[in-house]
Amino acid sequence: MHPRDLLNEAVAGLLARPVRSALTTLGTVLGITTLVVTLGVAATAGNQIVGRFDELVATSVTIEVPKHAFPLVDWADVGRVTRLRGVASAAALAEAEQSANLSVRSNDIVDPTRVVDQTLTVLASDPGLPAAVKGRMIEGRYFDAGHVARGDKVVVLGQHAARLLGITRLDRAPAVFIGTQAYTVIGVLGDLKREKSLAGAVLLPPAVGKRYGLSTVTRVLVNTGLGAAGLIAEQAPVALSPGNEALLQVISPPSPTRARDAVEGDVNALFLILGLVSLVVGAVGIANVTLVTVMERIAEIGLRRALGAARRHIAAQFLLESTLTGMTGGVIGASGGILVIVAVCAAKQWTPVLDVQLAAMAPVAGALVGLLAGLYPALRAARMEPVTALR
Amino acid sequence: MSEPVILLHDLTKEFPADPPVQALSAVNLRVEKADYMAIVGPSGSGKSTLLNTLGLLDRPTSGSYRLDGLETVSMKDNARTTIRGSRIGFVFQSFHLLPHRSVLENVMLAEVYGAARRGGRRERAMRALERVRLSHRVDFLPGRLSGGERQRAAIARALMGEPSLLLCDEPTGNLDSKNTDAVLDLFDELRAQGMTIVVITHENEVSDRAMRRVRITDGVLTEE
Repeated sequence: MHPRDLLNEAVAGLLARPVRSALTTLGTVLGITTLVVTLGVAATAGNQIVGRFDELVATSVTIEVPKHAFPLVDWADVGRVTRLRGVASAAALAEAEQSANLSVRSNDIVDPTRVVDQTLTVLASDPGLPAAVKGRMIEGRYFDAGHVARGDKVVVLGQHAARLLGITRLDRAPAVFIGTQAYTVIGVLGDLKREKSLAGAVLLPPAVGKRYGLSTVTRVLVNTGLGAAGLIAEQAPVALSPGNEALLQVISPPSPTRARDAVEGDVNALFLILGLVSLVVGAVGIANVTLVTVMERIAEIGLRRALGAARRHIAAQFLLESTLTGMTGGVIGASGGILVIVAVCAAKQWTPVLDVQLAAMAPVAGALVGLLAGLYPALRAARMEPVTALR
Repeated sequence: MSEPVILLHDLTKEFPADPPVQALSAVNLRVEKADYMAIVGPSGSGKSTLLNTLGLLDRPTSGSYRLDGLETVSMKDNARTTIRGSRIGFVFQSFHLLPHRSVLENVMLAEVYGAARRGGRRERAMRALERVRLSHRVDFLPGRLSGGERQRAAIARALMGEPSLLLCDEPTGNLDSKNTDAVLDLFDELRAQGMTIVVITHENEVSDRAMRRVRITDGVLTEE
């Protein structure tokens, strides 16, 4: 029997009862649609969450500098990190235990009715800090290299620290007292995207910070371009402290692919089962209808046997009919699924992520379902004795 | 002398029961090429069993059945299927046309399972339809044909592939007298062209037109 004849007979068999064939296909359509939507939306959503992380976490590298016999990182060394390709900004920071809880007040008047002393953290940083924490100057300015070099007694307050100290305007050059020393407030730093705890701190230039034990760099904040974090995490320690890079601790963002896999895994497990269940229901539907069709077409089977069809020809025809039914369901289901994904993405303003392989596999899966569902009915048809079938 | 188309020797068919039912008991029959034979008998006489056996649709319990000189009883299922498809044309009482396929497609169906080339199948089917004078109904669905036209379409299908034997089971059972005459005229024509025809019937009108008449009673065959 020529394969094209087989195909003709199977297609004609399906088209002879178009409504029934369409309804039979429906089960597979629903199953495949669910599967495609599940996998597609999971991939899209997974990608989406990673996309949000990208903005902050995926570009943030922090290098912790532990205490050592000699300073591992000098204030000037940060300049070498800034020159690395892929670094957007970098800043050094000094923290010390003895400066973590210092008494700070905004005037020297003893007022028994008010609490004027605030216990605040005092830190030293280089002039690059606002860029490194992705903040902005709410008032005034940050200190620059000139302030640092001259050892000017200036201070920048974090947003919350300024509010606690009651400093809202800088036009009268307010001062704060750390212990007994007075400092001019030249700016208020706010809207921090990373290292948000700095909003409650008092920031000093390194030269001044020495008085409070803030002489050595304890942390370097680095912002990288997208995708450069991994590379910078390897290069920055070498640039900061050549020869001692192993002593520095690098905190780099988690690999984005892992985040994606985790999201997909969660969503998939649930909905995959749903899709597979609908697929099984679809298969049972095909099996049922094909069986009914076989019973209805007993006379046709008999005629075909009389015309010289072997059992395998009869089996092949019914198998092909159910396979085509399943495959049609797969094609329609995949198309429907893709439409749903695109619709969801349009509604959510997401970028649809479609696996081309998935779109190609769906019809194959549908055909497989149809093939399996058709096995039993096809065997029943093939086993029929021609005499019985023609009676 | 050439091989007869059908040669039955002591052909017996038993159905398992207690005691076993002998539908055919030691039947001997010889049908030559271009014979036109009618098999008559009351219902339950073994007519259908004989037709099924002659059509290789059923196996005899014992005996020998040579079709075109080929011993078919010992053949395997697939070989019998091939012979059935290539050497026997069936004509049924209920026509057995596929209702959703055109007349032409129904006729072409006869070659789907054979070894014939796909090319030229349409032309061969058209020639078969010409032989039964149905060329004007080629694209009709069977449901729109009269009973006689349907049976002629079925005969055209049976003629595809030039079978050695035309096996007809009550071919006029569903037809009125006018259509019966037309079909019987067609049989006469085909026989004149050298076709071997075996007709099973209980209608005297049909059996009277045949050259030979064989009566079957309780599985025993007698030539009249």
